[in-house]
Amino acid sequence: MSLVFDALAGLLVAGAALAAVTAAAPRAAVIAFMGYGVLLGLAWARLAAPDVALTEIAIGSGISGIVLLRAAAGLPAVPPAANRALAAAISVAVALGLAALVLALPEPAPSRAADAAAALPATGLGNPVTGVLLAFRALDTLLEKIVLLLALVGVWALARDPLWRGRPEPLFAGAAPAPSAFLARVLVPIGVLVGAYLLWAGADAPGGAFQSGATLAAMGLLALMAGLAPLPRADDRRLRLVLLAGPFGLLAAGFLGWATAGAFLAFPPGFEKPVIKIVEIAITASIALTLILVVLGPPAGEERP
Amino acid sequence: MSDAMLYALAGAMLAGCGTYGLLTAGGALGRILGFNILGGGVFLIFGAVARRGAGAGLAADPVPQALVITGIVVAFCATALAVALLLRLKAADGAGEEEP
Repeated sequence: MSLVFDALAGLLVAGAALAAVTAAAPRAAVIAFMGYGVLLGLAWARLAAPDVALTEIAIGSGISGIVLLRAAAGLPAVPPAANRALAAAISVAVALGLAALVLALPEPAPSRAADAAAALPATGLGNPVTGVLLAFRALDTLLEKIVLLLALVGVWALARDPLWRGRPEPLFAGAAPAPSAFLARVLVPIGVLVGAYLLWAGADAPGGAFQSGATLAAMGLLALMAGLAPLPRADDRRLRLVLLAGPFGLLAAGFLGWATAGAFLAFPPGFEKPVIKIVEIAITASIALTLILVVLGPPAGEERP
Repeated sequence: MSDAMLYALAGAMLAGCGTYGLLTAGGALGRILGFNILGGGVFLIFGAVARRGAGAGLAADPVPQALVITGIVVAFCATALAVALLLRLKAADGAGEEEP
C-alpha cells in the first residue's frame, strides 16, 4: 500500500516537473514549478528526511517561487526551440541512464550513519542533520553562507550606478490590497513564532537555521508586501551588520576552535551546544535578511543626493 | 523494490524532465526552471541513497541530507542571480526580448 503511494507521489512529482518545462506561458510554468516543489517536499518527507522536506518547500518552492513569479510577470511567452524530438530523445536517454545507474547501486549501501550517530553525543545535539551541518561539516556551511552573500552582492551589482545606495523596487506597485494587509497583520506574528521554534527545536528535532531563516524571510516579505515595513536601503549600516553576522560569527567560532579545541571549526569541549546555538542564531538572522534582499532585487529608487 | 528505489527512479525522471526543459526552452526563464528541475532530480537520487544508508538507529544517513540542504540553498542563490541578470537584460533591451 505504501509502495503504491510512493509510486504515485513519484509520478506526480515527475508530472508537475513535465508541466513546468512544457508550459508555454512563463507564469503557468512557474506555478507548475512551485507545485512541483511542494510535491518534491512530500517525497523528501517519505524518504525520512523532514529537514530536507522543510528546506525544499520553504526555499526550493516558496522563496524561489516568489523570485520566479516576479520575473515571469513581464515576460512574453516564447515559442519552444525547434528540435524537440532530438531533445526528447536526449532527455529520455539521460533519465534511462540515471535509472540504470540507480538500479546498479551497491548492496549493502555505503553509509556514514553509524559514524554520525556515534559522534553526535559529543556535540550535545539530538538532530543528526544539524550535527552534520554545524559540527562535522561546518566548513560546507561556512562556504555556503559566503555563497549566499556573494549572490546578494551579485544581485546588488546589477543596480544602475546612481541608484545603488537606495531602496529596491516595491513588490506591489501602489497600496497593498486590504486582504493582503490583514493577512500580514495576522500571519506575521504567528510565522515569526514558527520560525523561532524551528530554530530552537532544530537542535533536537527537524528544523534548523535554513528552515527557520526561510520562514522568517517569508514573514518579512509578507510584511513588506502589505506595506507594514519600509523597504530597506542598501547602504543601511545595521542591515549590513546583520548580513555579515552569520558568516563572520561562524568564522569567529571557527578561529575560537583553534584556541579552545585545537582545530579550525572545532567547538570548545563542554560548551558545544551553547556555542552552536549562538552561531545558529546569527546564521539564521543573516539567512533571513539575505533571502529577503535577494528576493527584493537590486536597489532601484531614490537617486543619490 | 523499496521506497528509496522508487524515489531514485523518480529522481532519474526529474533529471530527464530538467534536461528536456534546458534543451527546448525558448526563453531564459524556461532554462532556469529546467536547471532547477534537473538539480532537484539529482538531489532526490541523493535522498534515496541517504535512505538506503539508514542504520545505527537513524532512519536515513544524515550526511547526504545535510549536503542536499546546502545544495538547495546554493541552487536558490544561482536561480536568484540568474533571474536578476534576466530582468536587468530585459530592462537594458527595453523590448522584452532577452535574446537576439
